[in-house]
Amino acid sequence: MRPPSSSPPTTPRVSATFDQYVLSEIRRAAATGIYDIRGAGAKRRLPHFDDLLFLGASISRYPLEGYREKCGTDVVLGDRFARKPLELKIPITIAGMSFGSLSAPAKEALGRGASAMGTSTTTGDGGMTLEERLSSATLVYQVLPSRYGMNPDDLRKADAIEVVVGQGAKPGGGGMLLGQKITERVAAMRSLPIGIDQRSACRHPDWTGPDDLQIKIEELRELTDWQKPIYVKVGASRPYYDTALSVKAGADVVVLDGMQGGTAATQEVFIENVGIPTLAAIRPAVRALQELGMHRKVQLIVSGGIRNGADVAKALALGADAVSIGTAALVAIGDNDPALEEEYQALGSRAGAYDDWHEGNDPAGITTQNPELFRRLDPIKAGRRLANFLAVLTLEAQTIARACGKSHVHNLEPEDLVALTIEAAAMAGVPLAGTDWIPGPGRV
Amino acid sequence: MPVVDLALASVRDLNAALHALGPDTNETHWQVVNPRGLHAIAVGIDVPVTVEIDGHAGYYCAGMNKHACVIINGNAGVGVAENIMSGVVRVKGDASQAAGATGCGGLLVIEGNASARCGISMKGVDIIVKGNVGHMSAFMAQAGTLTVLGDVGDALGDSIYEARLYVRGSVKSLGADCIEKPLEDTHKDQLYSKLEAAGIAGEVDVAEFRRYGSARRLYNFHIDNVAAY
Ligand SMILES: Cc1cc2nc3c(=O)[nH]c(=O)nc-3n(C[C@H](O)[C@H](O)[C@H](O)COP(=O)(O)O)c2cc1C
Repeated sequence: MRPPSSSPPTTPRVSATFDQYVLSEIRRAAATGIYDIRGAGAKRRLPHFDDLLFLGASISRYPLEGYREKCGTDVVLGDRFARKPLELKIPITIAGMSFGSLSAPAKEALGRGASAMGTSTTTGDGGMTLEERLSSATLVYQVLPSRYGMNPDDLRKADAIEVVVGQGAKPGGGGMLLGQKITERVAAMRSLPIGIDQRSACRHPDWTGPDDLQIKIEELRELTDWQKPIYVKVGASRPYYDTALSVKAGADVVVLDGMQGGTAATQEVFIENVGIPTLAAIRPAVRALQELGMHRKVQLIVSGGIRNGADVAKALALGADAVSIGTAALVAIGDNDPALEEEYQALGSRAGAYDDWHEGNDPAGITTQNPELFRRLDPIKAGRRLANFLAVLTLEAQTIARACGKSHVHNLEPEDLVALTIEAAAMAGVPLAGTDWIPGPGRV
Repeated sequence: MPVVDLALASVRDLNAALHALGPDTNETHWQVVNPRGLHAIAVGIDVPVTVEIDGHAGYYCAGMNKHACVIINGNAGVGVAENIMSGVVRVKGDASQAAGATGCGGLLVIEGNASARCGISMKGVDIIVKGNVGHMSAFMAQAGTLTVLGDVGDALGDSIYEARLYVRGSVKSLGADCIEKPLEDTHKDQLYSKLEAAGIAGEVDVAEFRRYGSARRLYNFHIDNVAAY
């Protein structure tokens, strides 16, 4: 019923449940009949590293001098079984992103930036390109279910091997690369016809379960004469068991990717609703390592939503040996740059929101195979930007570690942290700020 | 001729010795005895030598083979000749699951039967099975040929790309997007040359085979195909 004109007007109210985005998705689905596919990670608000704080030094803890006193950042990865473990200068690596999803200059830029800072980069679902091998001092080679472009020569050229079981953005899902990006070069590397929508497998073709994985790892070690560290990458869903089973299968390193982790192309419904947040995944994984007496022996690399040095420090304090970055590295080399606002708008998006990475029209020249677009990306300049960004992440993590009195970033520990919310306290296993309360059972 | 007794030496010793060979080695014929189902025997060879394994091999025997000829005088476990690049792998007995998985080139001959997922994700290898193969064979097969003289289990060629499948016996069922296609003279010629390479060209008549391949209906996302995705 319409109120009498004399009464105060009611403000139009948008539903919290049916917000504008939800409504637009219903309309889009109704119009097209197909789910939404996009790149990037979960966009919803999730318990994250922002919900943790460091306590810093106090009367009972001594800090270290901010600029002068040594605070180590080096990390050794893969010294459990490999003859040639990786020795990285910083505990921040570049995550696996395929050539195909990324342009060749983007891959080269990642290699240049990582190499300048003494850290590693990683291939992806599409094999190894010459550009990335030449530009990466330390390159990790992914063995994925699709096995696109896999061959023993590239395995031997790699510095480490990563068996990918899952990704945080889509635990249980395979890859996707839509036809626009299957150019001649990409198609040839993947032994596929040009221009098809490629769906890569979600299960490995020749092993199932932890006992098989152990034998697969043994084969990879035999192939490479026990030289290279072997990582196992899992999407965060059952991190306690996946970590324990990876250790049992003989991994040197476990890579744990939370649900905020980026992807090149996945169904939106998958990205936002499958898997658990990075924050919730770390402690169970560390607990598994500790119970097996393997913490710091089998290294843990954590990824999914790492954006700054505080995130790095927090992941390390919770027990990780290193972190890995995808999205932040892409932003550092120019993804979603506001300088390209007009072009993003022409694509129906905005700088900061652009995630149609699967369509191959990226004006920044990063998530594209279109030569006109990827020629815009100068791999040398972009590599420099990534190196700068990695340097800042490192300095920030050191700043926090020194404030907590640590002479190495690995000396950060859960006791240095408190949580701002009950959820974060329960997930990270640290007390709610101002209390000694850690909610929930099953704590270490 | 070097003889490696796996009751005395380890698989590591064997593989290290094979990896140490140069392309013009004189030690071109190796014999492996007492394999006892051990895993990863003769993986990653990169030279044109012959390795004969007298007995049963475990998982991933001759994995990623290049140039070599590996003969298994027995049965082979999971993933025999997985990701083979070139050369020949011949199994005199039966092979377990995922034989020739993701193989990129070369030839895999299985004289007995092969279990499920034979030729899964194959990318250019030629596989010939004289007996039967199990379900989900040639799943997502991208390139190469799978030839089966016997019968085939369920869901042959599910989500197949451009691989060619030749079957002489019965097919229990075809997987998504896999259809029968006419066997024309060019296919008969191709099939004959594959059989010839496997040394069995005279044993069967190529006209008795049926050819299967991709309907290419799932190559691009289309709402009308949603039930198949
Ligand atoms: C463009 C893009 C491509 C990716 N491709 C792969 C891939 O091929 N294999 C893989 O294991 N993970 C892939 N990932 C996931 C990353 O390796 C990593 O897990 C993730 O990006 C980490 O989270 P972050 O993006 O929040 O840093 C990709 C991510 C992006 C953004």
